[in-house]
Amino acid sequence: MAASTNWVLSPQLIPWLTAILLIFTYRQLKLQRWLSAISVLLALANAIHLLALVRAEGVLVFWASNWVPPFGIIMVADTLSAIMVLMSAIIGAVVVFYSFRTIDEGRERHFYYFLIQMLLVGCNGAFITGDIFNLYVWFEILLLSSYVLLVLGSERGQLRETYKYVLLNVLASTFFLVGLGLLYGVAGTLNMADLAVKLPQVENQGLVTLIAVIFIVVFGSKAAIFPLYFWLPQSYTEPPAAVSALFGGLLTKVGVYCLIRTFTLIFVGDTEFTHTLLLILGIATMVFGGLGAIAQYNYKRILSYHIISQVGYMLMGLALNSVVSIAAAIYFMVHNIVVKSSLFLFAGVTEKITGTNELKQMGGLLHRYPWLGWGFFLGGISLAGVPPFSGFFAKYLMLQGAADISSYVAMFFTLAVGFLTLFSMMKIFIYCYWGAEKPVLAKAREINYLKMLPPALALVCLSIAMGVCAEAVIDLIMTAAAQLKDPSIYITAVLG
Amino acid sequence: MEFLMAITIGVLFAAGTYLMLSRTLLRVLIGTCLVSHGTLLLLITMGKLKRGVGPILGGALDSAAYVDPLPQALILTAIVIGFGVTAFIIVLSYRAYQSLDSDDTNDFISAEERHGSQH
Repeated sequence: MAASTNWVLSPQLIPWLTAILLIFTYRQLKLQRWLSAISVLLALANAIHLLALVRAEGVLVFWASNWVPPFGIIMVADTLSAIMVLMSAIIGAVVVFYSFRTIDEGRERHFYYFLIQMLLVGCNGAFITGDIFNLYVWFEILLLSSYVLLVLGSERGQLRETYKYVLLNVLASTFFLVGLGLLYGVAGTLNMADLAVKLPQVENQGLVTLIAVIFIVVFGSKAAIFPLYFWLPQSYTEPPAAVSALFGGLLTKVGVYCLIRTFTLIFVGDTEFTHTLLLILGIATMVFGGLGAIAQYNYKRILSYHIISQVGYMLMGLALNSVVSIAAAIYFMVHNIVVKSSLFLFAGVTEKITGTNELKQMGGLLHRYPWLGWGFFLGGISLAGVPPFSGFFAKYLMLQGAADISSYVAMFFTLAVGFLTLFSMMKIFIYCYWGAEKPVLAKAREINYLKMLPPALALVCLSIAMGVCAEAVIDLIMTAAAQLKDPSIYITAVLG
Repeated sequence: MEFLMAITIGVLFAAGTYLMLSRTLLRVLIGTCLVSHGTLLLLITMGKLKRGVGPILGGALDSAAYVDPLPQALILTAIVIGFGVTAFIIVLSYRAYQSLDSDDTNDFISAEERHGSQH
């Protein structure tokens, strides 16, 4: 049994303490910015350190109040958790720096930075926790912050979309509690490792499968899988780009992370049924997301539909249930967090320049804003999976995983949906950046767009780096997938 | 007793779902409350309904005598969270009512359609 170590708690503590400071200093704008900047950089350094520590020492466990598992709440950092914490730190840093240039003062004065830190607390908590009821609590923390971030500014559209978003999530949380209640009823424990041990001994395995399906609904509605994705495209279009990037990059991936965690550790009893269901849902999500994007002419809405489509890929990787395909799902998650956030940031800068999100009113931005146009181009083809970007290796792993088990249906959809993605990205590029400049735009006010771009370009560079240094990244992700595929590593680390 | 609880939970869920499907903001709000109360009852039922002593260590503690304290702790947490979320929905509904000048969600949708037809 791994002894308790406090490092596991650090990813929550840093944003948490910052949030407390921010709420007391909300009048001093300069101080707010400095505190946020220092905090996100510290969190980034800490996340890298945690990942190195997990690589060196294996799974790390923290026992709250020194209660020995399975009693008490535990926090567990395995390789996947550490990778996800690193991703959330990267996106947190990028979004905070991007916000300095783009968020209006009204929002900044009304707890904007505080809410971002609380959202990061919730995400990191969900990635790190080893107790499924505790997961519910972290979910609620991140959801409450996301409600307020979504509605901050109280524009008409924001109120409407937040109302839908809140109701859907309240319902999903209710189902989460129902699932937890049933789970506790059959197994008598809520510790994830302990659940993994006790659930196979339950007499009524049909009930366990039912609980598994409840959890697919719960996490699926957060991750926006088919047919629960209807809320996503509009609610991610309404808030400012920095918030959209944070939501689009991180929030849906928390749902995917929880699906991967629970369906590799806890609900592995009836994979015949559950993983086939996940495969069907995954493919439907990919296709419907991709097709939904084709019909749209709103910049951010196209990107939102592609979040759905990419979540489908991750689900498919999980459903194929081999080390390579789970690695593909994780690679997809990491790649998508990076690229999707950068695309939303480009969308935000474009919106600042043109004052609209409608592609048909844009055109020819490339002449006056070359960095913006070509930056988007690189991000777009990375999302579509062109080598040498990270998207290519995500698809490559997925194809390899599907080929290993001769799942030709999965291979077909992996490639076919890639074309849909490429088509949509080129649609945005051609309508918005390529071609002759629209006369309306010639009158657009001059803004110093180069000051807004560095965070987005940094993410594109990261995507290129992940493609160029693919071997190191794949090696890391394979370790994570191997750990997931062999739950006994996690269980031994927690329970001994 | 479990049977009675099951029926109560079912009634709460049914009533809550019915209210949530209506178009008035206030009814939807009450609907979410009913559904979440049903869930809390479900949690306490899953922790077995029985009388007993508190699970305090020391002395002769008979494992059959005490009541499982965990479901109660879970419910307490869920109540606190539910309280916060309900407060948020109330404020959001009120703000939406002020801003959209209607408590009918149908008017939300038509606003959306107007928005869509502009482009």
